[in-house]
Amino acid sequence: MADVIEVGAARGDAPPPAASAARRGAKSANRVGRATPYLFLAPYLVLFTVFGLLPIVLGLYLSVHQWDFQLPNRPFVGLDNYKELFSSDSAVFGDWWQSVRATAIFTVVSVPLLVVVPLGLALLLNRSFPGRTFFRAVYFAPYVLGVAVIGLLWRFLLDANLGLVNRVLGAVGLPSDTPWVTDVPWAWISLVGVTVWWTSGFNAVIYLAGLQDIAPELYEAAKVDGASTWERFRHVTLPGLRPVLLFVMTTTVLASANVFGQSFLITQGAPGTETRTVVWYIVEQGLRNNDAGRAAAMSIVFALMLAVVSLANFRLFRYRED
Amino acid sequence: MTTPTRTAPAHTLRRVGLYAILVALALVFLIPLAWMVITSLKTYDGAQRIPPDWLPDPLSGYGYQQILTNSANPVLRWFLNSMLAATLHSLLVLATASMAAYALARMRFRGRGVSFALIVGTLFIPPTSLIIPNFLIVDSLNWIDTLAVVIVPGAASAFGVFFLRQFFLSLPKELEEAAVLDGANQWQIFYRVVLPLSKPALATLAVLSFLTNWNDFLWPIFVLFSPEKLTLPPGLGLLQGSYVTDYPVIMAGAVLASVPVLILFVLAQRHIIQGVSRSGLKG
Repeated sequence: MADVIEVGAARGDAPPPAASAARRGAKSANRVGRATPYLFLAPYLVLFTVFGLLPIVLGLYLSVHQWDFQLPNRPFVGLDNYKELFSSDSAVFGDWWQSVRATAIFTVVSVPLLVVVPLGLALLLNRSFPGRTFFRAVYFAPYVLGVAVIGLLWRFLLDANLGLVNRVLGAVGLPSDTPWVTDVPWAWISLVGVTVWWTSGFNAVIYLAGLQDIAPELYEAAKVDGASTWERFRHVTLPGLRPVLLFVMTTTVLASANVFGQSFLITQGAPGTETRTVVWYIVEQGLRNNDAGRAAAMSIVFALMLAVVSLANFRLFRYRED
Repeated sequence: MTTPTRTAPAHTLRRVGLYAILVALALVFLIPLAWMVITSLKTYDGAQRIPPDWLPDPLSGYGYQQILTNSANPVLRWFLNSMLAATLHSLLVLATASMAAYALARMRFRGRGVSFALIVGTLFIPPTSLIIPNFLIVDSLNWIDTLAVVIVPGAASAFGVFFLRQFFLSLPKELEEAAVLDGANQWQIFYRVVLPLSKPALATLAVLSFLTNWNDFLWPIFVLFSPEKLTLPPGLGLLQGSYVTDYPVIMAGAVLASVPVLILFVLAQRHIIQGVSRSGLKG
């Protein structure tokens, strides 16, 4: 992201030729020119201000108020909504941290798989063979379906009695009565497995683009030096992929931490509310229980947690690079 | 010349091995989707059998008949709502993002740096953390339970502006300069020169916006309520609630929600894949 901004800044140093040419041109063009940029920006800026910036400010405002949608009185409560999240005697403490725990489990288990499995797929697809585009499309296909379709489909496939998964397992001599969606640890395996199945093709396509950017000469040189397949992977592919790897890691951590639909539809929180995630708990608290103040405070604490994790991610990778 | 004859069988063997792996993986991705279609063509009793039949026996239109005729679950209406919402959302993103991106890429004006930094900055804020305040905003606009609520707010996303700005910066400036010399104003340059040159990027953004909107689940389940106002994803949730284990009906609904995006994927595969891989490179 950094070089993108630098490119823009570098270009900003010199007036674009189009603009300077216009300035040399007719006076009328010059007069129109003043307002033109703002007119071009205006429609998007209206949307951006109302639904992009205002919610940030409003979120901060809500988080320091006791804000019930159904009550007219919405008193200022300072940092109470935040404090409650960290004091074990509050009404929301248990449920909040249970949802944080659920999200953490899902993220910690799913991210390594979502980083490694797609890399394998990309390496497999990164050679020339007939049908390459076809297989790439097939591996990507589940991703174009929404979480609602995926959720309904896998709730059915993982059904302990009627589902295909237990039937196939039974057919090859494995236990055929696993409660995939109603008990732990099976529920976790299901949620992670479905997510890997659903989104691996997406990360694989990103890796593929990165692999194609590695200069073929590097592989040739490594071959000449007698490097084995593994050594070429270790010393050419992985270093060449580092920026892409960092991007995949960061976006996957964020995507996994924001998980909602899978547990809402497939395990439906079961057993009990053990697989209810942070995003689910926040929207339930804010929009079902009308407690917008507490939910806003949770949103902000959650966003800060994600920022810390993302920064740690960047640090870790930059240090390795040195 | 002896080497090729010696390695040819090994090479063939490797090829067979590669294809075996490729096909096995393809089955892992495709069988669940095939099972969705197969189940949607079973009868209620047919889908209740343990162990399940591999193929529908008898072949039945029961699931589809249920979703098309049951007025408590107006699936066709949801389908039309989704189609309308995703199309309008996509057009709104194209119009607003392309104009803003053009100004940010090619025009010099006071406040450009600040507005671009603000827009890019929001890319780092998880959208889920803005749901509660955004609910309040659409509520005060009286948009709850109307189609506008799933069309408009998502168009504030910074992705389209960022994506198109990068593309516009990569265009050669000569054509625009030539147009200036011909006396064209900024709007004419944008509309007649830049947009036609940007068709691939615009198509990519249009398709990605359509897909995102079509598949959105978290937001619509909290802002749409009336059965006739729903889009497909919250509708499918309702369908699961009312049919529980009547899987042919639920799977028929899932098929209906999948067909348009799968067709779009087949037709616009290049654009989708390019859009996704470019979004990775910009990191």
